[in-house]
Amino acid sequence: MVTLPGVEPGWSSYLDVPSTAHVDAPGAVNRWHYLDNIDSLPGGSADPDKPTLLCVHGNPTWSYLWRSLLTAGAAAGYRVVAVDQLDMGFSSRTGVFRRLADRVTDLEDFVTAAGISGQIITVGHDWGGVVSMGFAHRNRDRLAGMVLTNTAIHHDDAEAIPAPLRAALHPLVHRWGTQHTKAFLSITHRLASPSLTPEVRRAFEAPYRDSARRAGIANFVADIPASPEHPSHAPLEEIAEGIRSLDVPALMLWGPRDPIFSDRYLEDLCRRLPHAAVHRFERASHLVTEDADVAGTLFRWLGQQADQPVDPETGHTETADNGAFTPMWQLLDELAAGDTAQDAATADMGENGQIKRALSWQELAASVDTLADSLHALGVRRGNRISLMVPPGVDLTVVLYACLKLGAVIVVADAGLGVRGMSRAVKSTSPDFLIGINRALVAAKGLGWPGRRISVEPLPTAQRRLLSIETSIAELLTATPSRGIAADATSAMDPDADAAILFTSGSTGPAKGVVYTHRQLTGMRDTVASTFGLKPGHGLVAGFAPFALLGPALGTTSITPDMDVTAPRTLSAQALADAARAINATVVFASPAALQNVLATEQALTPEGREALSSVTLLLSAGAPVPERLLTALQNILPKASLHTPYGMTEALPVSDIDLEQIRAASADVLAGTVAGAGNGVCVGQPVQGAKIVLSPLNDAGAATGDLTTDPQVTGEILVRAPHVKDRYHRLWLTQQDSARDTGWHRTGDVGHFDAKGRLWVEGRLGHVLATADGVITPVGVEQALEGLEDVTMAAVVGVGPVGTQAVVAVLVTDPPSRQAGLASTARAAAARSAAESAGTSLAAVLTVPALPTDIRHNAKIDRTRVALWAERVLAGGRIPKL
Amino acid sequence: MRVLVTGASGLLGGAAAARILAAGHNVRTFQRRPSRVEGAEDVAGSITDPRAVASAVEGMDAVVHLAAKVSVTGPLEDFRRVNVDGTRLLLDTARTAGVRNFLFISSPSVAHTGTAISGDGAGAATPELARGHYSATKAEAELAVLAADSSHFQTAALRPHIVWGPGDTQLVERVLARATSGRLPLLDSGAALIDTTYIDNAASAIAAALERMDSIHGRALVVTNGEPRPIGELLAGICAAGGVSGPRLRLPGGVARAAGAVVEKAWEAFGLKDEPPLTRFLAEQMSTAHWFDQRQTQELLGWKPEVSIDEGLRRLKAHYGG
Repeated sequence: MVTLPGVEPGWSSYLDVPSTAHVDAPGAVNRWHYLDNIDSLPGGSADPDKPTLLCVHGNPTWSYLWRSLLTAGAAAGYRVVAVDQLDMGFSSRTGVFRRLADRVTDLEDFVTAAGISGQIITVGHDWGGVVSMGFAHRNRDRLAGMVLTNTAIHHDDAEAIPAPLRAALHPLVHRWGTQHTKAFLSITHRLASPSLTPEVRRAFEAPYRDSARRAGIANFVADIPASPEHPSHAPLEEIAEGIRSLDVPALMLWGPRDPIFSDRYLEDLCRRLPHAAVHRFERASHLVTEDADVAGTLFRWLGQQADQPVDPETGHTETADNGAFTPMWQLLDELAAGDTAQDAATADMGENGQIKRALSWQELAASVDTLADSLHALGVRRGNRISLMVPPGVDLTVVLYACLKLGAVIVVADAGLGVRGMSRAVKSTSPDFLIGINRALVAAKGLGWPGRRISVEPLPTAQRRLLSIETSIAELLTATPSRGIAADATSAMDPDADAAILFTSGSTGPAKGVVYTHRQLTGMRDTVASTFGLKPGHGLVAGFAPFALLGPALGTTSITPDMDVTAPRTLSAQALADAARAINATVVFASPAALQNVLATEQALTPEGREALSSVTLLLSAGAPVPERLLTALQNILPKASLHTPYGMTEALPVSDIDLEQIRAASADVLAGTVAGAGNGVCVGQPVQGAKIVLSPLNDAGAATGDLTTDPQVTGEILVRAPHVKDRYHRLWLTQQDSARDTGWHRTGDVGHFDAKGRLWVEGRLGHVLATADGVITPVGVEQALEGLEDVTMAAVVGVGPVGTQAVVAVLVTDPPSRQAGLASTARAAAARSAAESAGTSLAAVLTVPALPTDIRHNAKIDRTRVALWAERVLAGGRIPKL
Repeated sequence: MRVLVTGASGLLGGAAAARILAAGHNVRTFQRRPSRVEGAEDVAGSITDPRAVASAVEGMDAVVHLAAKVSVTGPLEDFRRVNVDGTRLLLDTARTAGVRNFLFISSPSVAHTGTAISGDGAGAATPELARGHYSATKAEAELAVLAADSSHFQTAALRPHIVWGPGDTQLVERVLARATSGRLPLLDSGAALIDTTYIDNAASAIAAALERMDSIHGRALVVTNGEPRPIGELLAGICAAGGVSGPRLRLPGGVARAAGAVVEKAWEAFGLKDEPPLTRFLAEQMSTAHWFDQRQTQELLGWKPEVSIDEGLRRLKAHYGG
């Protein structure tokens, strides 16, 4: 055989295999080609205690697809055998049309002839995934596990098959596209992202050079059972149902950019194999083994299977703490049943400064129960995922608590992710239902978001049909409850079942889905209640999405100010005051960006507005650091309020808390220089009630590898443990492994240190740490020093060059901003250098830009990774590219 | 230790000889013009003259070889005669004479192919890819020196990158002369990140290398200040120190490189002796990053630069009476 990149010379083998397939004449013998890494194993033999990986390629690839698994398997001590299916790759051309059932038999014949004894883990891709599942289904006694990559086992006959497949199956296209030309091959190879190298592409094409050798490709396509009458339809269905009862460990590794084997097929497989570990490589496509580290992930997973058996029911490796549990709606139902029944529970403000809509506790509870019942009647079931695209307010509150009572899992991806980010997020969760406002439903139609659609308001029939909307929340609320499902909600619920998938802001890579159980959501509720002393009788203005939903759970009256909550900068001082006045609010939740605008519009406040704001006793602002000067200015319009800026993230909110007085004390400690460790970062205070924080110190390369510690002045990744930390990431097995690699702790990806008073100082993101020849540098402290310069409004400190010898670069936004990106003036560079020196860092270069890229949600988190890549190009010489 | 320093009439050679002397060694200098290094035995002669070279190396324990033809234009044969043949002659003569250590002062341009270098180590010299006659011949010489390394005749190469300081005619004087005549271009944005070496640091690195030949022999090491700066900022700093206004001309790097190549050929074709306004080499040097990983160098030499760029600029300013 020719030598190919990535294939060891000893791996390629041929074997004559007697056939028992129906399609072959009795006594037929077929010659198989396969890759086998046994010669690369220690002693040239397989470890009898380890299963053999049996890899089955799809169409139109061949065993070459699995070369990285053979390499990684050899290193991990596993025998990996990758076959070329008959009529494919370098195996013989049998001259008959082999269908699915034949191919499963073929694989069994091969395994027998090859003398592979012991346990087997099947690995499949594309149509090879189906064949491998067929083998798994029929050979359970020797099956040790199942690995699937971009494949499918079932197609809902009611739905159209993916367009590219329809095209390939079309009689006018089929033979021509798959056999007579290399079109199908080329299109498949072009799906790789990033592109295949020419050598690898040639290797994939090597066995398919002429039309005669491509007959198998055409037959494979023709064997796709696109309708129930197809001969392979029944065998396929048998396998599809059969795998439901497989209880071996399973792993699914997916490239979601695949135009054919998209998330809907992954979702189907997940329902058949609910215990499977799943990782979606967000940027990968169909040839996922080419696009992402499938081999590394697979063997990491295998290594873990050996260590800790997974509970097949939940996929959890630990049993949850079954302490006292009260559901999220406990206080809501109590307040609705008591003296408080007629008191306001939740309200929305209108544009005119008056309440637009309000529900009493009794009305809220009744609405929630009615909606839960009618959603159930519509088909919503426990565990169904429901994407909510409704802005915070009365509607969202009702929908949310109805879903919680039903045991449906809410999916929240806010508009702050941008349309593309939101689309990726929604698709990754394959929601069963989508409840949304008009704008969201238009996007759902246009972008092909899955799920049955429900609008908030009733829509005209034409629009309803156009957007495929079944009904509306308004209609569901008027329906007569039929089954009273909500009445048994508390007794029927499982506290450790999934309750919500919330998406991260995506400021550090694609947004990640964060899964919370009911117990963890109530943990968040209890932490917020006890840390900030919130309880029934309080009124809160909810201008910050994540906390806006907690009102009924806390038993507080909540009101949504007149603003676009997805665009925080639309909250005016007067709108905030009107909302506060409407319910005599004492508590305000608002994002830092919203508060900026409140300050900017302070002049327009009416005397009544000022009066209302002067009754506020507590302000919470989370999501991004809030500068001390902003809080000081806010104190003028909220004179009685304690101004808190809790620190946390989508995976755990809040983690720690600090108020303005404590921020001032911390600043004073920095100036005085008397408290060891005070400074170099943003002080975020002490852990909130029930939360523990430890650090994993950084090594010279900036990786958090050190033993967990709480010693002051040691910089490390921040780890948190609390009842309200997320359960896991959604379909990101690898990410979850990394974040939870210290059992019981969540790795936040932030770096920081403690000072001698036990306060935590956040120094930036782990991924933004610089590794210079003089040691590791975290960006925030240096940025603060630069932002202390008179005319600098925002600074990013990034490293260019190889890890370990990076040069430190400051990228500044000035006031007024420079019109063009480029080198800073000599004077500014000198000032920046001396400011950085005062923070202990020598700058190699100082650049100025008109603006820095920040996250959409908070407009505060700088995308330093992007800035670093840009700076690297600028400082390499040549023209200045766009940032 | 008795040490021969060639090319000691140059800025770096003189400074290195003085530094080695200060470390307590006996120094003999060898070059065409008097070195005027105080305390050294001064021998005049050409590096291409076998007899002069033989008498220069006689009785020496170590050789530090800096003598070279340094220019941006001129016929290849001239460069080859001095930089390759001269080095081979000195190398062979020293080995025969029983010299134990041979330190070759080279240049990072021996491994520079025109693309940006950001934090790399010292790659192998590539004469066939090096840009310009100087770099190509230095590359060839460096390969010959390192190939000669053995347990009884230890050879090593040190590559200081862009040495500058008071009295420097290679960089500082040229920059100032061009800036004065308005011919100092800033290519592209002037943001290319460049490593340089202040003269005292280059000299102390050479002296340190001489003490560490047992651990560095067989290797080439790049030496810099370890403080890369954008080229625009460096030029402005040098101009400010020299009391002239900074670069005014702005050229796109690609245009400058093309123009430099044309000018270079023209100067060569017409046998012009004075320096061309722009060469391709210079254009590349000024428009692409070259800064280096200094960790290995500093560790192997047990050395750190003593004078920072800012301090160097202050000294330069003082030198020009500012």
